[in-house]
Amino acid sequence: MASKATGRWLVLAVPYLWLLALFLVPFLIVFKISLSQDAIAQPPYLPTFDLAEGWAAFKEAFAELSFENYGYVLSWDNEFIEAYGSSLWIAGISTILLLLVGYPIAYGMARAPKSIRPTLLMLVILPFWTSFLIRVYAWIGILSPEGLLNQLLFSLGIISRDSPLQILNTDTAVYIGIVYSYLPFMILPLYAALEKMDETLLEAAADLGCPPFAAFWKITWPLSLPGVFAGCLLCFIPAVGEFVIPDLLGGSDTLMIGKVLWTEFSVNRSWTVSSAVAVLLLMVLVIPIVFYQNLQAREVERR
Amino acid sequence: MRKGLSWFNVTSIALGFAFLYIPIVLLVIYSFNASRMVTVWAGFSTHWYWQLFQNQQLLDAAWVTLRVAFLTATVATVLGTLAAITLTRYGRFTGRTLFSGMVYAPLVMPEVITGLSLLLLFVAVDIDRGFWTITLAHITFTMCFVSVVVQSRLVTFDRSLEEAALDLGCTPFRTFFVITLPIILPAVISGWMLAFTLSLDDLVIASFTTGPGATTLPMRIYSQVRLGVTPEINAACTILIAIVTVVVIVVSIMTKRQELERQRAERLAAAG
Repeated sequence: MASKATGRWLVLAVPYLWLLALFLVPFLIVFKISLSQDAIAQPPYLPTFDLAEGWAAFKEAFAELSFENYGYVLSWDNEFIEAYGSSLWIAGISTILLLLVGYPIAYGMARAPKSIRPTLLMLVILPFWTSFLIRVYAWIGILSPEGLLNQLLFSLGIISRDSPLQILNTDTAVYIGIVYSYLPFMILPLYAALEKMDETLLEAAADLGCPPFAAFWKITWPLSLPGVFAGCLLCFIPAVGEFVIPDLLGGSDTLMIGKVLWTEFSVNRSWTVSSAVAVLLLMVLVIPIVFYQNLQAREVERR
Repeated sequence: MRKGLSWFNVTSIALGFAFLYIPIVLLVIYSFNASRMVTVWAGFSTHWYWQLFQNQQLLDAAWVTLRVAFLTATVATVLGTLAAITLTRYGRFTGRTLFSGMVYAPLVMPEVITGLSLLLLFVAVDIDRGFWTITLAHITFTMCFVSVVVQSRLVTFDRSLEEAALDLGCTPFRTFFVITLPIILPAVISGWMLAFTLSLDDLVIASFTTGPGATTLPMRIYSQVRLGVTPEINAACTILIAIVTVVVIVVSIMTKRQELERQRAERLAAAG
């Protein structure tokens, strides 16, 4: 059955090789470039490895690699460390807000009659299908000084026209943007966990005289924890590297590492420093990413 | 415990959906505003839509984006489905941990890292950047989403059907097309759609991997958005929202009908 084995091998090899070539190898290249120096050349860094030049040249090029860029990024004189810290902070606060906003919605959906649940689910997913950029853009029109929110507050007489609320281009706008854009990612895993829950557990608790809130805290919440972890990781990890939201909604003092990396790359044109920034960002995120992978893999295997 | 919804549940669902939908609805409403001032309502008008169809740059970008998204979705669906089969049907094999890592990591990988690393790869192998490099990049990150969607269907279905076909002498290749694929088809279709919209939507990875001559719609919109809110962009966004909404609703009705038919067939088989 040679052909059977070949077929089996092909099914595995095609996606495997694709991901090796276009996911893993690029990371190795980023790592290598992070150890290189900027140069006015094509490509704009040194050294370049060329196996055709022989082993001696290769060794020489290898010796030129250094951790200089990391020293630059990790120096307190530059704003990179601050940017890492403030990205983690903004992503962390946003994740907590997302959990606070998303949990009651997911809970309500899971308690809704079975017949309307698919519709509710679709209504949550639908905004996710519409462009991320459009959803962030929509908030500019709402939050700007002459925007719809200020117009509303003015016509209600809450604020005067001379002193509109300054929300756009502040960190508050970034929080709103992240919570808004990532909400489906929080609701879906929570809903999946809550929907599976056995309602008879709550009935038993109520029969035994447990008040609803205590029953929630002792039964529902612990059982929903896998969903809580999945939702939080699914929001937290990409939010740390977020670029579009801080760029469009944040102010000039909103410091996020995704934006810094972008600026370093496209404005300062330093490929080597932006590579070092990317490698360090990945190192910051590697623990939550591995945690998330294990959670996902276990979820698939358990079913 | 009483079944059904408490007032708390209803309020949180209502507020949640209001939060999700009000910004989009406002955006759509103001795309029909006659005034150039985005926030002042000056009467109904479709002026900006006409304006939009005369904007050649925007139309070109839309065409590039659609072609990239269509190609991406098709290739990513094939690769993602293969990856899903490997992860659910192959058991343990050498390199499995690395493989599953590479499938799950792109789901949460910050886009700036994916974009930068792919750009550096394209520079290192020295290929001309543009349409094809964007497509390659998009296939790579969207196939992982397809794989997760298809996997969730593959793990829940009755494997004895596949085993029966194989026992009766059907080749694995044929078994896949006759038994497995029809059953997982709804998941494969949603995988395709997910890949299509992710590609349609992507700004960051496309900006990194593009070259001269290939500007996608999000890139074009982004460069205009940075200059401020304009009704023209509102109109463009509204058209995109309308397309996506119609497609999602049609597909979900289709899959639902298919599911009902399948259930009826199963009931008939059980009764017969």
